[in-house]
Amino acid sequence: MIHFVLLISRQGKVRLTKWYSAYPQKERTKVIREISGEVLARGPKLCNFVEWRGLKVVYRRYASLYFCMCINQDDNELEVLEIIHHYVETLDRYFGSVCELDLIFNFHKAYYILDELLLAGELQESSKKTVARLIAGQDALVETAKEEANSISNIIAQASK
Amino acid sequence: MGSQGGFGQSKEFLDLVKSIGEARSKSEEDRIILGEIETLKRRIVEPDIPKRKMKEYIIRLVYVEMLGHDASFGYIHAVKMTHDDSLLLKRTGYLAVTLFLNEDHDLIILIVNTIQKDLRSDNYLVVCAALNAVCRLINEETIPAVLPQVVELLGHAKEAVRKKAVMALHRFYQKSPASVLHLISNFRKTLCDKDPGVMGATLCPLFDLVTIDVKSFKDLVISFISILKQVAERRLPKSYDYHQMPAPFIQIKLLKVLALLGSGDKQASEQMYTVLGDVFKKCDTSCNIGNAVLYECICCVSCIYPNTKLLETAADAISKFLKSDTHNLKYMGIDALGRLIKISPDIAEQHQLAVIDCLEDPDDTLKRKTFELLYKMTKSTNVNVIVDRMIDYMISINDNHYKTEIASRCVELAEQFAPSNHWFIQTMNKVFEHAGDLVNIKVAHNLMRLIAEGFGEDDDTTDSQLRSSAVESYLRIIAEPKLPSVFLQMICWVLGEYGTTDGKYSASYITGKLCDVAEAYSNDETVKAYAITALMKLYAYEIAAGRKVDILPECQSLIEELSVSHSTDLQQRAYELQALIGLDACAVESVMPSDASCEDIEIDKSLSFLNHYVQESLEKGAQPYIPESERTGMLNISSFRNEDHHEASMHGLRFEAYELPKPMVPSKSPVTYTPSTELVPVPEPSYSREVHTSTAVPSISNSGSTELKLRLDGVQKKWGRPSYSSGSTSTSESSSQKTVNGVAQTESVSTSTSRAQATSSFDLKKPQVEISPEKQRLAASLFGGPIKTDKRPTSSKVVKSSSHATEKPPVAKAADTASEKSTPVQPPPDLLDLGEPTVTSSAPLIDPFKQLEGLLDQGENVSAPNHGAVNANKASDVMSLYVEIAASGQSGGAVNPVPTNGDDMLSGLSGMGIRTASPGGPAGSSPLSKGPNLRDALEKDALVRQMGVTPTSQNPNLFKDLLG
Repeated sequence: MIHFVLLISRQGKVRLTKWYSAYPQKERTKVIREISGEVLARGPKLCNFVEWRGLKVVYRRYASLYFCMCINQDDNELEVLEIIHHYVETLDRYFGSVCELDLIFNFHKAYYILDELLLAGELQESSKKTVARLIAGQDALVETAKEEANSISNIIAQASK
Repeated sequence: MGSQGGFGQSKEFLDLVKSIGEARSKSEEDRIILGEIETLKRRIVEPDIPKRKMKEYIIRLVYVEMLGHDASFGYIHAVKMTHDDSLLLKRTGYLAVTLFLNEDHDLIILIVNTIQKDLRSDNYLVVCAALNAVCRLINEETIPAVLPQVVELLGHAKEAVRKKAVMALHRFYQKSPASVLHLISNFRKTLCDKDPGVMGATLCPLFDLVTIDVKSFKDLVISFISILKQVAERRLPKSYDYHQMPAPFIQIKLLKVLALLGSGDKQASEQMYTVLGDVFKKCDTSCNIGNAVLYECICCVSCIYPNTKLLETAADAISKFLKSDTHNLKYMGIDALGRLIKISPDIAEQHQLAVIDCLEDPDDTLKRKTFELLYKMTKSTNVNVIVDRMIDYMISINDNHYKTEIASRCVELAEQFAPSNHWFIQTMNKVFEHAGDLVNIKVAHNLMRLIAEGFGEDDDTTDSQLRSSAVESYLRIIAEPKLPSVFLQMICWVLGEYGTTDGKYSASYITGKLCDVAEAYSNDETVKAYAITALMKLYAYEIAAGRKVDILPECQSLIEELSVSHSTDLQQRAYELQALIGLDACAVESVMPSDASCEDIEIDKSLSFLNHYVQESLEKGAQPYIPESERTGMLNISSFRNEDHHEASMHGLRFEAYELPKPMVPSKSPVTYTPSTELVPVPEPSYSREVHTSTAVPSISNSGSTELKLRLDGVQKKWGRPSYSSGSTSTSESSSQKTVNGVAQTESVSTSTSRAQATSSFDLKKPQVEISPEKQRLAASLFGGPIKTDKRPTSSKVVKSSSHATEKPPVAKAADTASEKSTPVQPPPDLLDLGEPTVTSSAPLIDPFKQLEGLLDQGENVSAPNHGAVNANKASDVMSLYVEIAASGQSGGAVNPVPTNGDDMLSGLSGMGIRTASPGGPAGSSPLSKGPNLRDALEKDALVRQMGVTPTSQNPNLFKDLLG
């Protein structure tokens, strides 16, 4: 089971956090500090795994962004490494050549996508296509909502003239 | 719309994100966020906030909380937003509450109703959003409120809903297994769902269920096998392929379930062999995911009923892992080796050099994994090498969590396999010295017991040798600064008991050392108590032996200091010591017999030795004793106290209620003296018995007054150290008296091993230059020296070089070839970096804006042929996206004439349009090599520059493609 997902930049700035196990706010800050300390300090050729408080943190660096997932001792690290990659590929498909800036300004969208990928700390969907379809469905709905809002405001604008 | 910039948020929010991005320190970041919190607190309570605005506030709250600040003032607004009718807002609301609230938060009760409503919605997206929230927010109490609806959704027309419903049920099961136990048959149904996503999701709960109860799922073995077979044969839709592997994530889950089902079940396992062999064969070992599946296969094979052929395949796979260049695979290899070694212990030998390489690797993670492997393969023949290594590593790390773990492992291994007592004590000393505060106190007690009792052999000389060696080592260690408390306690105890027994050290020398300890650790009362008790024992020994005791001045001052200590315990010990020194040899001998810590104490519960006294008193006309049965209602302390002597645990709970306070009766008995029996720690049980007999008399005679006093005693414990004397030490001591030495399984193998080691190392040293002899020696000592035995028959040189040939090459190769494969992202110097104004050296002439202009130029005519070289369809995709952005920006501006960022956007776009006229073509030609990614990124670059975000030299990678 995945206990939490963290996205941390090379400078230690938090880009996204998602907690699947219960961590109180104070504890969260501590966890982030500890993990960014451990992960950012590691050299390029070492394992992508770090043991941490009896759990394991699997991390992967993309450009200047570190994707970290914390899992149980007996989980398959390579699999989680690929779950991370799966997420990044999905993000890439959605944003089109995703870069850190996309995630900085659209972190809520990154959350939506993550919610379609992981649920309750488990991988719920391993097909990128399905995820993309669902997200597109939601976005389409958002678009129609916007159009409606626009048309209403148009009407109001015209009426008030 | 007009108020929105390119990323869909207001200027204000973009500025916030921007300023956070540019913050140079955590404190600056905190300051900005605190300001933001103030703003939001003010704004969010304003009346009539437009919903769109509110949505942004909520997202800003998420941002605040993400950066580690408290946004609880806004939770209620997020909750309100979930009630909204529009999916757009509802989705934001649900996102925020799932991020904000833990399942035990009070506000959740306000959401349950909304969730119930949304689960019934016609729109499957609303249902999905609600199910996401269900997984995060519903707790044990609220499960019944949504359970029926979730179960109903298992039959929903949309697979996405079915899948999420399965996951939600899984979550319920984790939270409260009883609530969904009757629904397990549903999982069997969803396992056969026509949608692979739903089937894959079902594997999660089934894995948990099978873990707990294997038997009732044996009938599913066939189903799982057939699913795995279909997956491996690529019968699932293409969209489940991942890096050319067919649905690897589903394969992994299936393998996990099969491992559980096949464990210890020959019949079930036999059914799996074929498909496992297939999966093994089909794993693509050139990619990560292939290796992930492979690893899971190995785990499965090592769990189920063993099959030789599969084990061989697994062993081959492991050796590939271990020989790999990447650390990740080595790590997996070591882990897999640890699993397989349980079934075929010989397999480790062929990998010994690889294992040792991993042990000496600078990568901590790999090292730890290797220690775990060593821990699994420890035997009495290699225990000293392994434990020594572990201790060395333990000393070198700072991580307390892991230090504790490795220390307890060292203790465990040492207790289990210790080759000699001397080694055992030395090892434990090291563990204590470096991780003393982290090991269980019981370990210290075991060690004390071991030293006191010897090793169950009749040979007294070995025992005394052991003791003197312990004393000697402690006298050496005691000088070290900053020793852990537990270790010091043990040292004091051993020095007190055995410091002078062998006559090597004088009492004054030892007492001097003990005083030093008490002084150096003056704020550790436990250590001081141990030290002063040790002093008492040493003096008692001296007095009993008829020698004159001269108390060192520092001891004298220590005693004086402690006799006015705040701790009653220390005070009492000091008084006792003073009293003891005044006694004559005979009395001291009986009060404190030397080396009596292991003697059994006989407890005379009926207090028969008092019979005479009682008789006398009765004759003098005293009241007869009331039997205990008649005393139940009364608070009778004396009975309590008598029991307290024997059972320290009685201190824990007193069931009698306190009486109402009585007017104080002037007390006659000396206060400090009476409770003495209680507070004396019982390192020497015989001593406490003696004291008990002497004090019991007065305590009975004025039991009335002690009643009141004792209560005072209880009060005092509030402030002093609660129950040191009675708690830990005395109980453990008494247990040590009961049990017989369970620690030391002496293994006579030790000497022969060390000799074997010596010969093997000698054997290997000469011809081997390439593989360092040290490593060879280590290998031999770890793996029982198979290299040596292998080589004897043939000419040693040849074999050795061949072994070198097989083992060494991967290591040599590792240097160069690894670089690209091993690190996930190590892209070539990215052209995008040129877009960074501060970078000048490499290509100062290329202006990023000009590049962009060139690109936009091409963008005008989307079907421009010059994309031929690059991925055409993606390029057009990108362009259409761009057009979309532009269009939306423009239309937004037209509709909503709020002149904020939208105008900037427009002017920016038109500005670009104007600039396209200027010649920018040539600049764009060379960077095009990166294909559409570059254009995409440049567009983003332009967009954020319009908003005023400039990448600083701090982080030039902001625009870099994550996937490189």
